[in-house]
Amino acid sequence: MRPPAARPHGTWVGASVPRREDPRLLAGRGRFVDDITLPGMLHAQFVRATVAHGRITAVDLSEVLAVPGVVAAFTAADLDLADITAELDRPRHEFVPTAMPVLAHDHVRYVGEPIAIVVARDPYAVEDGVEAAIVEYEELEPVVSDTAALAPGAPLVHADAPANTLVDVSLFATDGIDDVFAAAHTVVRVRTKTGRQNALPLETRGVVADWDDRDEQLRVRTCTQVPHQVRTVLARCAGLQERQVRVLVPDMGGAFGQKCVVGREEIAAAAAALRLRRPVKWIEDRRDALTASFLAREQRYDVRAAFDADGHILALDADVVCDMGAYSCYPFTAGIEPLMASAEMPGVYKVPAYRVRGRAVTTNKAPTAPYRGVSRPQYVMVVERVFEKAARALDLDPVEIRRRNVITEFPYTGINEITYDPGSYQESLDLCEEVLRDEGWYATRATPGRVIGIGYSCFSERTGYGSGAFAQRRMTVVPGFDISEVRMDTSGALVVTTGTMSHGQSHETTMAQIVADRLGVPIDRIRIQQGDTDRIAYGWGSFASRSITIGGSAVAAASMKLGDTLREIAAHLLDADVDTCELDGDGGVRLRDDPDRRLSFVEIADVAYLRAHLLPKGVGPGLTATASFDVPGDGTFSNATHGTVVELDPGTGGVQILRYVCVEDCGVAIHPQVVEGQCRGGIAQGIAGALFEQVTYDENGQPLTPSFMEYKVPTAAEIPDVRIEHLETPCAFTESGAKGAGEGGTIGAPAAVLNAVNDALRHTGTELDDTPIARESIFRALEETR
Amino acid sequence: MKPAAFTYHRARSVAGAVALLGELGDDAKLIAGGQSLVAMMNFRLARPEHLVDIARVPGLDHIARDGDTLRIGALVTHHRVETAELGRDFAVLTRAMRWIGHLPIRTRGTVGGSLAHADATAEWCLLAVLLDASVEVAGPGGRRRIAAADFFRGIFTTALEPDEMVVEIVFPRPAPRAALTEYAERRGDFATVAAAVDLDTSRIVLGGVGAVPTVVRTAAAADGLDLRDEPGCSAHYRRGLVRTLVARAWDEAAAS
Repeated sequence: MRPPAARPHGTWVGASVPRREDPRLLAGRGRFVDDITLPGMLHAQFVRATVAHGRITAVDLSEVLAVPGVVAAFTAADLDLADITAELDRPRHEFVPTAMPVLAHDHVRYVGEPIAIVVARDPYAVEDGVEAAIVEYEELEPVVSDTAALAPGAPLVHADAPANTLVDVSLFATDGIDDVFAAAHTVVRVRTKTGRQNALPLETRGVVADWDDRDEQLRVRTCTQVPHQVRTVLARCAGLQERQVRVLVPDMGGAFGQKCVVGREEIAAAAAALRLRRPVKWIEDRRDALTASFLAREQRYDVRAAFDADGHILALDADVVCDMGAYSCYPFTAGIEPLMASAEMPGVYKVPAYRVRGRAVTTNKAPTAPYRGVSRPQYVMVVERVFEKAARALDLDPVEIRRRNVITEFPYTGINEITYDPGSYQESLDLCEEVLRDEGWYATRATPGRVIGIGYSCFSERTGYGSGAFAQRRMTVVPGFDISEVRMDTSGALVVTTGTMSHGQSHETTMAQIVADRLGVPIDRIRIQQGDTDRIAYGWGSFASRSITIGGSAVAAASMKLGDTLREIAAHLLDADVDTCELDGDGGVRLRDDPDRRLSFVEIADVAYLRAHLLPKGVGPGLTATASFDVPGDGTFSNATHGTVVELDPGTGGVQILRYVCVEDCGVAIHPQVVEGQCRGGIAQGIAGALFEQVTYDENGQPLTPSFMEYKVPTAAEIPDVRIEHLETPCAFTESGAKGAGEGGTIGAPAAVLNAVNDALRHTGTELDDTPIARESIFRALEETR
Repeated sequence: MKPAAFTYHRARSVAGAVALLGELGDDAKLIAGGQSLVAMMNFRLARPEHLVDIARVPGLDHIARDGDTLRIGALVTHHRVETAELGRDFAVLTRAMRWIGHLPIRTRGTVGGSLAHADATAEWCLLAVLLDASVEVAGPGGRRRIAAADFFRGIFTTALEPDEMVVEIVFPRPAPRAALTEYAERRGDFATVAAAVDLDTSRIVLGGVGAVPTVVRTAAAADGLDLRDEPGCSAHYRRGLVRTLVARAWDEAAAS
């Protein structure tokens, strides 16, 4: 590994400069998918399954076409689109793929599954049209939970997936682990079930598609985290060449993973536009977003851990079952959650022996996609509960037992065969505890008559998954690298492409900060271009906290390459050796030993474009540089410790968060305020999972949470202010020393909240391990003590 | 989530609104703040053929004290009550408003709309029963007053005839020692359980334990309520919430 290629803090990197996105977004001048209106545009909605499991026996759209304003209605047979099938390169006993049709043709597998698309003149008429559709089913017995899915003789969601199991992998099994358990001083066990959640971007999914005869292109404006993957799948489904599809991404109001997979509705709406040769808009309404969109997080854990008398963990044995719903998502597959949990569960701790079985089961519920944190909120919660339970069993302080087990020497290669780059695991733990002590919360906790608990979570977050890391998952479509092109125009201004896709993370600011430091150009002379598959060579978009680590490194590398070209041209024009020329940090190249001799970028660009005959031999006209970046090895690990203080209300079972402290280390923060925004937003989503949100179904698979009355997304009234402390352990191999910062908040919060609630219940004999925590359970636990 | 087609009518007077209701029949609904109705229409759970908008009907936006009596017009918003100077006599009303939804809901939603919608946990419904209010309604034959105790008949069901509308609520006497409190997991949600008490009449009214606001004499009476186990809230838990909230409402009323 080489040292960081640039100073960790330049003029721009490390400064919380005003976000370039803010003026337009705050003034309502952003452009989101639903802001786009094209002449002659039609509106689409979907006829959706009303039963959770059934064979379609008839689809009659004749009444639909009679509804005033309806222009067309298509079934799967009408559009003839290929199914979407995500694969893993694993044997069939480990992985069974699912063919997810764009529109259901034979079977329906969840309530809300799209069956037909209706296209009408306006958004009202289209809903009238959808109501007029008649679909007949031969109903089948639905499978509505992971336990029902795995029960002997359960009905099959997919005929070719025995025991409703899509993924069944046993990645690690240390020799002699059973003997370790048998001989251990203490064994603790955590059994937990986490609720099904919705990533819930404020902006629901949507698309505006039209066919352009001049460009011979289907132009698809959609809110996606992965524009190129949408292009690939759409081209395949519709039988087009990829050049015939252009995916354009406008401003996006959040995604959190729900938009990093290819959705069926966006493909169907684009296919309808292609068929009709008229623009078609589909905007997902909130009811569909809550019931029929990609969901996440419903997992069951049964974990045992062995400890010695001093609180050192000796072994971890885990069984993980993830309820993935009806289909594998593209490109990640149903393996995304069990493989993540299996590979990374040991986390920040030195675990000498490890065994894990990870399964994905299919059920008659809306399918799942990655959601911010992907399995880590759950397995971190489980492992953190393991340490709390062990601390209680061994009469140790919960922070002290963690201190005895966290990784302190780096690089560290774990039992899970992952190498962790340097982090501040112990330091974050110490500082977090110190903050809560200094603020007096331990004294508050002891207040007679009040039911107060303090809880921690200590974790790392693997970010910047390169091709190698994803290949280990045996995905057949392997994300990883990113490509960036930096182009300087004759005015010395820059257009920089990135294959990443900001959906609220301020890449227009942060990527520009990286370029600004490399080339000495202020950010207002730099345009970041993203989200246009015609203009970006190829990209994997934004997910898994990859944008700054990978995309940002590609942007930096391309910038430095352009810097070399600028120096080379300047050296020639100044009649100097290129090695004596340096960028002056102020938009020019100067001689190191004679700084008054200098050429501005404008002067150099003038030669590169307008007087190319003056260029040195071997340097072509124009000023463009392209570079790619891929993360070597196992990626880079951000880390954090969260500490929270909760008060329980014995009279109602209510939970109030009194304090929340986050000590985070994401290496070099390009823009600390953006990092803090990521922490705060992530923590809110983590608290939501711990205390509020759950997608539920009745015994027939009918969704019970179709609106915000039932799906209890917390509001500002429920989410506390968060104190954030930064530590900085730079990454050695990303170009800016940055690590990913997108998911940590979400990962740490459920464990911290659950531990705090259990600490508050310490006198009751009750331990609560399921999320969201039922208020009635708290009420009952405290009933005796009132 | 777009409503089915409807015909929009704007009423200019109470008589005009009542006449429209009579003319349009069962397929018509009144709309004022629209805070419950519009959401139901967007889900197509309600599909009125006709909407009669009374938002601009004059004479329904008063808050008037007349001796012991307080009269509040049907079009007064929750937020206006929340910020009104009602003095100690009716402070229970201003304080209770904070439990109604969120601020944007309170700035649009109306007293009359809440009473006519008759959600069994709605604050106005509990307060009306607690304080012996009467609901004045206008119909084709003129006006009549219905005692709150007789007004709420079942789930979202009132004593209003299809061609009648609420014009005001009348509170007959000051209630300086009364309070309302609630529990829900989130601020602004419909209460899991709501409790309102008036120490002067020793009356307790509960929301969330039946189809209509439920009057009990003592907190212990909660144990006799016919409650069923529901997902996320067993009968046992609900009884516990009743006990807690009655005690808290009692304390708040005693401190006021």
